Amino acid sequence: MSVITREDVAPVEDGQDDQARAMRLMRRRSRIRFFEFIIWPAAVAAIFLLPSKMLILTEIAILALFAVSLDLVLGFAGIVSLGHTAFFGIGAYTAGLFARHYFAEPVTGLLVAGVVSGILGFATSFLILRGSDLTRLMTTLGIALMLGEAANQMGWLTGGADGLSGFSLGPILGLFEFDLWGRNGYIYCLAVLFVTTMVARRIAFSPFGLALKAIKSNPTRAALVGVPARRRLVIAYTIAAVMAGFAGALLTQTTSFVSPDVLAFHRSADVLLILVIGGTGYLYGGIFGAIGFTLLKDWLSVVTPQYWMFWIGLLLVILVLVGRGRIARWIEYIPQRLTAAMGGKP
Amino acid sequence: MLTILFDGIAYGMLLFILACGLTITLGLMNFINLAHGAFAMTGGYVTVVMMNRYGIAFYWCLPAAFLVSAALGAILERTLYRQLYQASHLDQVLFSVGLVFMSVAAADYIMGGQQQLIQLPPELSGRAEFFGVGIGRYRLFTIVICAALALALQLILAKTRFGSRLRAAVDDRRAAMGLGINVSAVFALTFAFGSGLAGLGGAMGAEILGLDPNFPLKFMIYFLIVVAVGGTSTVSGPFLAALLLGIADVAGKYYVPAIGPFVIYGLMIIMLILRPAGLFARGGR
Repeated sequence: MSVITREDVAPVEDGQDDQARAMRLMRRRSRIRFFEFIIWPAAVAAIFLLPSKMLILTEIAILALFAVSLDLVLGFAGIVSLGHTAFFGIGAYTAGLFARHYFAEPVTGLLVAGVVSGILGFATSFLILRGSDLTRLMTTLGIALMLGEAANQMGWLTGGADGLSGFSLGPILGLFEFDLWGRNGYIYCLAVLFVTTMVARRIAFSPFGLALKAIKSNPTRAALVGVPARRRLVIAYTIAAVMAGFAGALLTQTTSFVSPDVLAFHRSADVLLILVIGGTGYLYGGIFGAIGFTLLKDWLSVVTPQYWMFWIGLLLVILVLVGRGRIARWIEYIPQRLTAAMGGKP
Repeated sequence: MLTILFDGIAYGMLLFILACGLTITLGLMNFINLAHGAFAMTGGYVTVVMMNRYGIAFYWCLPAAFLVSAALGAILERTLYRQLYQASHLDQVLFSVGLVFMSVAAADYIMGGQQQLIQLPPELSGRAEFFGVGIGRYRLFTIVICAALALALQLILAKTRFGSRLRAAVDDRRAAMGLGINVSAVFALTFAFGSGLAGLGGAMGAEILGLDPNFPLKFMIYFLIVVAVGGTSTVSGPFLAALLLGIADVAGKYYVPAIGPFVIYGLMIIMLILRPAGLFARGGR
């Protein structure tokens, strides 16, 4: 809304014109890109074309959701977080405990996990408002480590190092049973991913998202044009926490198991890598990155079962040295080439 | 009680030696280097290999660990790190996390995933009684060495020409270059020295902290705490922070084993909120 409110105080004679221009800009930013027409139909087609790959597709959908939520924090709000898995983990445990003790219907569990994770996100968002990148990094990392330790120690609640098991989930919405091949599980995850990504897209390409980007690139200037930085960051962080909680809950519900691994450091690093592979700041980076990362990891764990971590690390180093911006821009590059070839304006 | 305090001090001293290199890269060069633990691990493994495979005396392993880690640090600094001094923090984090992953997998590949043990020389093992307080000989040795190193560091930084060059380069890089100080060489030397110290710490800590391929990940947060709590403007800040952390950690694990880690992480977060520049930072910055 900040753009519009700024227009209200602009001189009257230019007001109309500026407003129209702002609207045009916003519309251009939020227009549907060509790859969106490809990715969603492809994901739906996979249900029928790749029935034997349902489990890995489910994994991709969950990771994609997790990465999209981090993109809101990192790509839009510019907060470098090393502990984003805190929300993933709390969502996973909440969904597990809810299914075990209260109610086995997955969608309810998903929403509960999102709410709990959102509350944690809201509470901890005040800790990341202050300080430099390093402070934020350590605060987020510290919170994730604390939660990991808590999950480990509170064995009576979480099952400790053995993980939480011994619960089964009811049919989705009381209609669709989780089947052995994971088909319904995949459809469920895909539906959640689609809805959440659309909501995130609406948020990210709204004036709100623009304000976040303004805060990211220059907090002082953003404050000068009247962007309430603190409130924007708190809201963005909370929304991202809810989404990450959803992702964690989906993992729990599709596997019927929660291990303390959901809170481990390498998950936070993995999701960063996913975003880096896919590119930050346009949401779909999370989805492309998740596809690339999962396929790569799957392939590597076949080639070198024990040492795939080395190659992931090497990939990170190379990505940074080559310049991740250059790699991530490929998705913009293709349509530019296309329009250029057709002689149109980019 | 006093034994715990003593163990805590030894642990803290080790943490200081391990982390003080990071103080320089992170605080002075403003490079978020999460891979610092990898250099410490290198030093630890150098010691293990030299002692267990070739039977070289422990005392010779310590300088060797220092040299190997320092050489590794120098090579990496010249080839990789220096390209990223001006990069964004996100890039630095990703790069160093990548290095950590590589080092963990490489150590696993070369040395195996098990915990490495070293056999201390007989005069360093066992406990001695001083006025009714049980003191591990090796811990005493650690404290003496680390204290000497800390003192030497302080002297180097404060009294030598190199120290004043380093401080100048850190305070104002451009002005220092204008005065004819070879800032890039100073940084490279400092980086190598810090890595070497980490290697030395890793070698000495193999007995106290344990050594396995997950070392860089396990202790990353501890190093970061030392730097963040201690601030980066002095040597004494991180030194005190490391001591505090060591004592708090040992005491926490001893008295309240169930919530020990919470105490540390919780204190760190509160600290960061209240004093983002470090506990002992100079005012007005």
